[in-house]
Amino acid sequence: MVNEFLILMKSELIVTVIIFLLLLIKLGKGMKNESLLMLLQLLLLLNFIAGFFLNRAGVLFDGMYQTSAMIFLQKNILNLAVYLISLLFADWLKKSEHMPEFFMLMLAALLGMFFMISSGNLLMFFLSLELATIPVAAMANFDLEKRTSSEAAMKMILSSAFSSGILLFGISLVYGVTGTISFTALPETLNGSPLQVMAFVFLFAAFAFKLSVVPFHLWTADVYEGAPMAATSFLSVVSKGSIAFIFMSTLYKVFGSMGEIWYNMLMILSIATMITGNLFALRQQNIKRFLAFSSIAQVGFILVGLSSGAPNETRPDGIAPVVYFILVYVFSNLAAFGIAAVISSQTGKENIDDYKGLYKTNKFLCWMMALALFSLAGIPPTAGFFGKLFLLTAGAGKANYMFITVAALNMIVSLYYYLRVVRAMFMDNNEQPIENIRINPSTKLGLIICGAGIVLTGLLSWIYDHIQSLN
Amino acid sequence: MNLSLLILLPLLTAVIILLVRNARQAKIVGLIGATLQFGMSFFLLYAFHQERLKGSLKQMLFEQQYNWFPSWHISYHVGVDGISIAMILLTAFVVIAGVLVSWNVTKMTREFYFLLILLSLGAYGFFISLDLFVLFFFLEIAVIPKYLLIGIWGSGKKEYSANKLALMLMGGSALVLVGLLGMYFGTTEHTFDMMQLSNIGLSPETQSICFPLLFVGFGVFTAIFPFHTWVPDGHSSAPTAGSMFLAGISMKLGGYGCLRAATYLMPQGAKEYSTIIIVVSTIAILYGAFATMMQKDLKYMNAYSSVSHCGFVLLGIGMLTKTAMTGAVMQMVSHGLMTALFFAVIGMIYERTHTRNINEMGGILKVMPFISTILFIVGLCSLGLPGLSGFVAEMTVFMGSWENPDPLHRIATIAACLSIVVTAVYILRAVGRVAMGPLKQGYESLTDATWNEKLAAIILVAGILAIGTAPFWLSDLINPGTEAIMEKLRLLPVEIIK
Repeated sequence: MVNEFLILMKSELIVTVIIFLLLLIKLGKGMKNESLLMLLQLLLLLNFIAGFFLNRAGVLFDGMYQTSAMIFLQKNILNLAVYLISLLFADWLKKSEHMPEFFMLMLAALLGMFFMISSGNLLMFFLSLELATIPVAAMANFDLEKRTSSEAAMKMILSSAFSSGILLFGISLVYGVTGTISFTALPETLNGSPLQVMAFVFLFAAFAFKLSVVPFHLWTADVYEGAPMAATSFLSVVSKGSIAFIFMSTLYKVFGSMGEIWYNMLMILSIATMITGNLFALRQQNIKRFLAFSSIAQVGFILVGLSSGAPNETRPDGIAPVVYFILVYVFSNLAAFGIAAVISSQTGKENIDDYKGLYKTNKFLCWMMALALFSLAGIPPTAGFFGKLFLLTAGAGKANYMFITVAALNMIVSLYYYLRVVRAMFMDNNEQPIENIRINPSTKLGLIICGAGIVLTGLLSWIYDHIQSLN
Repeated sequence: MNLSLLILLPLLTAVIILLVRNARQAKIVGLIGATLQFGMSFFLLYAFHQERLKGSLKQMLFEQQYNWFPSWHISYHVGVDGISIAMILLTAFVVIAGVLVSWNVTKMTREFYFLLILLSLGAYGFFISLDLFVLFFFLEIAVIPKYLLIGIWGSGKKEYSANKLALMLMGGSALVLVGLLGMYFGTTEHTFDMMQLSNIGLSPETQSICFPLLFVGFGVFTAIFPFHTWVPDGHSSAPTAGSMFLAGISMKLGGYGCLRAATYLMPQGAKEYSTIIIVVSTIAILYGAFATMMQKDLKYMNAYSSVSHCGFVLLGIGMLTKTAMTGAVMQMVSHGLMTALFFAVIGMIYERTHTRNINEMGGILKVMPFISTILFIVGLCSLGLPGLSGFVAEMTVFMGSWENPDPLHRIATIAACLSIVVTAVYILRAVGRVAMGPLKQGYESLTDATWNEKLAAIILVAGILAIGTAPFWLSDLINPGTEAIMEKLRLLPVEIIK
């Protein structure tokens, strides 16, 4: 029994141990940032490797906590993202006065996400969601001397509180209508009565809020711009990814019988999200805001894949494509943020116009950025191409071709603004481009891992097949 | 022969180019790679004939199939028939010529050669793939190198042109993608495999939705009217080798896709829409020809004339007769060689005179006899002089078109024939202004072509002459391929043919 507990909850336990270790280090004499960072990188790498072993399905605490091979994989994708963040943002982290706290907050949020993905019950889900949100708001506030950073944190905490309120209201309605909050008991009690639909809409809105689906996206750009780059990338990759995972399993496993209702909701929101994200991204100057809107548009694509519906004999389901897309998204988006962070932390420049003529001085950074952006735009041979194509293929299973056409045409719009950055780096002339930047070795390692991930995740088909086989 | 070599060789070349130390080595590696491609494409032709002589009647030869994404039924499936081999030969000719004329590129040479070779990889992969997913993969691989080639090494309003080209081509691919997904879900087998799809046959409803998506999508690549606007801007801003690759290879991807993916897999759709195709391509032929008359810039001239000449490709496909389709493929090969040569010559002239305006030039025949001779040859080929490839190809298209007895086809054919007169006007005027007449002041010290330029031109001229003087080797190569498409068309129920 104890063994069972240890094995099923191993991801959470390891992260908790690291958090306590950090607390002890902080309480004691403390360590130099450099050596502590190195230690943490090592621990996070070990954590990621440990995520591959002893993965089996099981249920704990009377169904409050559930896990399966697929859930372990999803957790490990988040582990990978956190490891990459610790590599890519080494420059900024080393300079930070409160680095141990930053990691504590980040790992606490990660812990919350783990519980959230594993939750088997709406209450557990709500608690873990809060654990996953509040530390992120504190992370957004980490540039203590900048006013925009506090502003971002404030905006984030207020909007999250608001969405939590909606979520809690939805949960109480669900309980009121069905008399249960357990994920396994809920499906049998759903009959599509108007009050149930309303309760579901509230839940849906809360998810949409966290995923920054239009029209619940308004907090995103400001928070992304104000927060330090490491927090932004955590928010846009890890946080979004974990919400997408639990959103998917809630939709398919719990509310599967309401498929007709949420298919239409997903379709409309997805189109609105793609179009809004893309159109706003067109005019952004600041690279962080630019990536914020581009990530909104990417969420629109995730919704296309989600709309394919629960696993079924006649058409493909969205589980493997969405998980695969998020894996690809981890590599591509983190690479883009990482490069922006390197440039910003060494020169303070964050505008796309500042990147003009960058290729003359920083070849490696430019090629990596181009690779990341092409992957986000879905151009082969990068993995983003496969990710987007599988999402669209899954979405096309319902034979709604107008929807798929809109999504495909949105890929053109998104290509336009991704090419804007490429054009600035490779084509525009600039008398005084940013001088050659010395890249920290661990950042370089992070970028190389991302680059390898972008190229290989797509071409090596067994990665996708592995995800599919866990399904 | 192992067809995957056609992909692996450019890939290897590209990787080595990235690893070498300086520009000179990059150029040499690029040239060696292109020469090997050239040799390999001829070997492929030889092996193909050997296999056919042995009596192999399979539609596709040298097939290879490996599972790629089994859960989606996607497999890496390649194979060639005569049409693919003709296109592969064309690609090899243009690649080696393009690599040779770029010998003097000094700006970021290594990246330039890397992108050129990457583009050729996309083209080879496209021409050999028998799985629609793989086909689409290679189609899109070729887009970004074009964008960067124009944007970085181009001239004039290069950023605008590069953007326009990338976005329009991506728009075309988006339509293709939706069409492909429609075909994928159009059968219960859920497959992207072309051979399998053609055996199963798609339902008429699927065909009438997916055919226009695929045809217009691929059509954007081959300058279908009214989506031809990227052609003049893209070609005129691109560097010489970029224009050669664009017009010589990239536009042919579209034509090949229209034929292989759209018409072959959806014959009923082709029948349904053939009237529209004919009307649109006739407009492109005439519009392109008249627009060319108004141009003063040599590159714009050739770009608009490409719109007109590629109209013949689509016209040939739209006519739905065997001869016309064979003509369409021959026109692709012929136009690819001819237009690559034309752009190469324009590049050579521009490098020396620093202008492309035909009114500012004159009498270069006196100082640059070699370049001028090539200009004459390519001009005459463009206006369809017998003995050169243009005549053979266009003639075949006309003959095939004439097989349809009804007024629409007749009118379209006659209108297309008339465009040749317009072609003669603008070609003779341009060549006359540039090469003949008194020598312009300041041109006395200009030099003739260098070794690399001569070699590139000779290779392409050899190709043009080989088709022009002995067209049968090419048409015999293509015929079985178009016959397979015609078979599908003949199998259609009679009432649809009307």
